[in-house]
Amino acid sequence: MSDSLPVPNPTGKLSREDRLNEIRRQVEREGRLEIVGDRPAGAPFPQASAENGYYRIPLLKEAPWTWEIPLYFFVGGAAGAAAVIGAIANYTGADRELVRDARWIAAAGSVISPALLVSDLGRPERFLAMLRVFKPQSPMSVGVWTLVGFSTGAIATAFAGHLRDRYGPSLPLRVIENAGQAASLAFGLPFSNYTGVLIGATAVPVWNRNVENLPIHFGASGLGAAVGILELLGHRKSRALQALGLGAAIFETLEGARIESRDRAYLDPLKRGASGWITRTGGVLAGPIPTFLRVASLFASNKRSQHFRKWASWSAVVGSLVTRIAWVYAGRVSARDWKLPLERNLV
Amino acid sequence: MSVTAFLTDSTLCIGCKACEVACKEWNGIDDDGLHWSGFSYDNTGAVGASTWRHVKFVEQAPVPGFGGNAGEQTSWTFSSDVCKHCEEAGCLEVCPTGSIVRTEFGGVFIQPDICNGCGYCVTSCPFGVVERNPKDGRAFKCTFCYDRQKAGLQPACAKVCPTESIKFGEIEELRAEANHRLEELHRRGIDDANVYDPRDTSVGGTHAMFIVRGDPRSYNLPPAPEVPTVYQRKAWTSSAFAAALLLCGTLAAFISDGNRDHAKY
Repeated sequence: MSDSLPVPNPTGKLSREDRLNEIRRQVEREGRLEIVGDRPAGAPFPQASAENGYYRIPLLKEAPWTWEIPLYFFVGGAAGAAAVIGAIANYTGADRELVRDARWIAAAGSVISPALLVSDLGRPERFLAMLRVFKPQSPMSVGVWTLVGFSTGAIATAFAGHLRDRYGPSLPLRVIENAGQAASLAFGLPFSNYTGVLIGATAVPVWNRNVENLPIHFGASGLGAAVGILELLGHRKSRALQALGLGAAIFETLEGARIESRDRAYLDPLKRGASGWITRTGGVLAGPIPTFLRVASLFASNKRSQHFRKWASWSAVVGSLVTRIAWVYAGRVSARDWKLPLERNLV
Repeated sequence: MSVTAFLTDSTLCIGCKACEVACKEWNGIDDDGLHWSGFSYDNTGAVGASTWRHVKFVEQAPVPGFGGNAGEQTSWTFSSDVCKHCEEAGCLEVCPTGSIVRTEFGGVFIQPDICNGCGYCVTSCPFGVVERNPKDGRAFKCTFCYDRQKAGLQPACAKVCPTESIKFGEIEELRAEANHRLEELHRRGIDDANVYDPRDTSVGGTHAMFIVRGDPRSYNLPPAPEVPTVYQRKAWTSSAFAAALLLCGTLAAFISDGNRDHAKY
């Protein structure tokens, strides 16, 4: 009976014991096993050691966040910056249309942001659990309460302004509008960049080692997106928006240069592989392209200038979104790094 | 009630995985599925949402005598890994719902009736312990058998350990015991034994100490774990700077913009 059993022996000639010896000889000779059909994936295997850690199994866990989170970073950043633009534009007596559109962008972001966050939760029906405590030591708790204040202010401002346009001014509307505007400005300033704190103060190497840059980087990204959306809505003659868009694009160019010019292992997820190329794509779209187009628009005729600004805006908006996707993705790649979390001198 | 801790002694562990089984049994945890890691006899890999105790099978380059093996064989040590229950716990600090609390026994406990599965604790654990269960949606990790401790019992893993590799007791007593055991091991010529209890880092010590042989990194124990709250000062400073820049930049842009509509909106 036993003779008729199939033997896992591709050559069909060797007895089992000889086959085993052949494998042993090859391993001894070459340090690895290459015989077709016998080589287990990944051989030679890493051993547990100070250099390899525990078989190179990653120490950290990846953030379980889904697509909603990078999209939220984009929407929230743009909405926060738009609220600031709307309030300042109003205080300085700028174009009414610009103020109105900026407020609506902020209000739209205020509706979309919580929806995205709730949808990402493992237990969405328990989203209110976020509001049972306020913890200053938790960037997410601070962020949630900032979002609550911001949304309330931004939505109230937009609707009060809308009602005033439609039915004429009245005292209650003016109170709501002004209070909402002040709130959306006060909360919009941190709201536009706190997501950099949120991911910066974590155990993930690529995030926490860029912690000093992330909030400014994300703030500039949000500003670029807000200016871009406003210009795409037609405000392509505003010199203030041009200046802000140019400032954001120049900052994003510098940030990209900072990442590219430094040779640090923790920056690898931003430079290598798929996450590296997504980061580069986002960086080029948000930095050099809008910078070039905006500078070009300064020297072009009125019609061409607006054309340049439209394309600069598209580039900045898409670049901002891609940049947020890139950072979240890079964080996942970085959490898979088995080496960096085992190093000393983390801080 | 006294403040308690685990002391896991890898020099006594025989890799029987009884702790893993007892933990799953007591806490009713899902199975991990049948996945072959392809290396070593450890097919679980790491602690996670469905593995609150995890026995590491540390196969190392052959060192004669290491682990009691002959020189030409692979050295083997085993170590049962668990949530470290940090003194400064990243997961606890950042949990936005207040679901994660410190118990009267000093352990870090996720209240399952409050957790809403935001996943922020997962990114904040410097030991990669907490994980969101994709099926359930909430985050899970070792509870330090809070229910058993409440009833005056020791955690299931410590109870079941047949070699007393997992010791459970009052934390200061265990620290003394760890030093005592270390002296004994050194006296017996096991010079590479050492205690892993990162008290000099921002984690500030743990309620799960380990006696390991050689470099703790081969057990995936980080030499310098940092609680991520230490990055917050820099982060919020940067955030405040960014906000000030945005405010001043926007003010400057709109004030210098001569093209004003003086009918205030």
